[in-house]
Amino acid sequence: MESAAPSLPLEPLEARHRRESVVQLGLAAATALAALPALAIVFYIAYKGSPALTLHFLTEMPTAGMTQGGILPAIVGTLWLVGVSLLFSVPVGVLAGMYLSEYAGNSRLARLVDMAIVNLAGVPSIVHALFGLGAFVLFLDFGTSILSGGLTLGVMTLPVIITSTKAALQSVPHNFRVACWNLGATRWQTIWHVVLPNALPGILTGVILQVSRAAGETAPVLFTGAAFYLPILPTSVWNQTMALSMHVYALVTQVPKVSEATKYATALVLLIVVLCFNSVAIVLRTYLRRNRRW
Amino acid sequence: MVSGDKHVELDRLCIHYGDRQVLGGVTLFAPRNGILGVIGPAGSGKTSMLACVNRTLELTPGARHTGTVRLDGVDVHALDASNLRRRVAMVLPLPVGLPMSVYDNVAFAPRMAGIRSREELDVRVERCLTQAALWDEVKDRLDMLGTRLSGGQQQRLTLARALSTDPEVLCLDEFSIAIDPVTTMRIEAVLVELKARMTIILVTNLLQQARRIADVTAFLLRGELVEVGETAALFAGAADPRTRDYLEGRFG
Repeated sequence: MESAAPSLPLEPLEARHRRESVVQLGLAAATALAALPALAIVFYIAYKGSPALTLHFLTEMPTAGMTQGGILPAIVGTLWLVGVSLLFSVPVGVLAGMYLSEYAGNSRLARLVDMAIVNLAGVPSIVHALFGLGAFVLFLDFGTSILSGGLTLGVMTLPVIITSTKAALQSVPHNFRVACWNLGATRWQTIWHVVLPNALPGILTGVILQVSRAAGETAPVLFTGAAFYLPILPTSVWNQTMALSMHVYALVTQVPKVSEATKYATALVLLIVVLCFNSVAIVLRTYLRRNRRW
Repeated sequence: MVSGDKHVELDRLCIHYGDRQVLGGVTLFAPRNGILGVIGPAGSGKTSMLACVNRTLELTPGARHTGTVRLDGVDVHALDASNLRRRVAMVLPLPVGLPMSVYDNVAFAPRMAGIRSREELDVRVERCLTQAALWDEVKDRLDMLGTRLSGGQQQRLTLARALSTDPEVLCLDEFSIAIDPVTTMRIEAVLVELKARMTIILVTNLLQQARRIADVTAFLLRGELVEVGETAALFAGAADPRTRDYLEGRFG
């Protein structure tokens, strides 16, 4: 008779359970540490700013050297800037992402371009601002305008839009493409009818997160399109405009005798605009995922 | 040894992936309105050979070939790739339901080929699903996502989709690998009916499948064509000892 194989040396159950709880607690603590400051900022700004947040504040021009009145031109200006940046960065970014994912292959050059784009996403926004000043304001002679500011924001958001588009396309299973090719569909037909529809939620998520980033950044519009104090609404892309992010900066650091509540209310409006964009992203994604096809 | 009109003809076909040779000079033809069975252990180059027939091999980075594949006597590389793939349909080992409705799955290729008329598509979809022995199971839920069908149903959907361009050659690459024996038998019966209208190349790991339905069987081993002959004759007594060993299960 052979003896039974020795059983695994099990540690005491109690110790194992204790370690499980410690790990879980540690992870929860890290999550709380990440979430709490963000929530604190939102609640503090809402608490301080809400007294000044009235309908008049949202719909009127600033008066008395920005110490009185509303912030309408800054809200409208931000929408203009974001609109122009989107008109540039979405088509260019999505098409470039498509090329990199579906056509470029895996050559050394393609990998180099890919790496360059990923690194471009890490360039500080003030550097983009200087680029915008040199390229759009001065070289192309667009002047300090919504066009220059919007294009600068567009260039800033482009790398992430390209990268997220590429990632979304690559997440569509390769065998869908093979099946289409086997049926005589061309590369473009395959992309347009099968790959793109299934990548859309991912692409949109990437785009809209960049929209909120464009709305929030100050530096890129500082030298390129944003005016300090311009109590009129822009009528074309050649105008200068006020912008929310710039306005917060101005009120806090440049203008004396502005009430605390006004400063916080302006920041709160900026926050709300950004959150609105993000919730559009979430709703869209949920809607598109509900039709998820595989 | 094998007679018949050469519908698909491989002439000294070699395939390489980078430096690795997977097919080394295969000369073989599929007789018109017959079923050519291709058997051989994994890694014999069977799949790559099929991919060369409908030119999907060229979509694989690093793959190249020498030699010629002729369809009706014409080098397939002289044809437009999309048109070629409509004439030479392909069913892959694992069923792929495209992420669209059952109807759209079957109507996809005809639409890509430019057919727009709804009536024409309706007729075609019903015919192909009927040919693939799937119509009765899905006729009341053509709007359902193709990916929600069971594995066996998806493979028949894949077959229906392959038939949707009225191909003259149908290539099947181990179509029964992911489906149950009952479905396999149903599809085999379908293939025997279909060969009246098209030429079939059946790559299979199941020797008995080749024995049941192939008219001609070819044995590939490590990229080399060992032997080809009328199926009954080959199974009754192969000329090459390696073929006999394989057929009797002594290796592979």
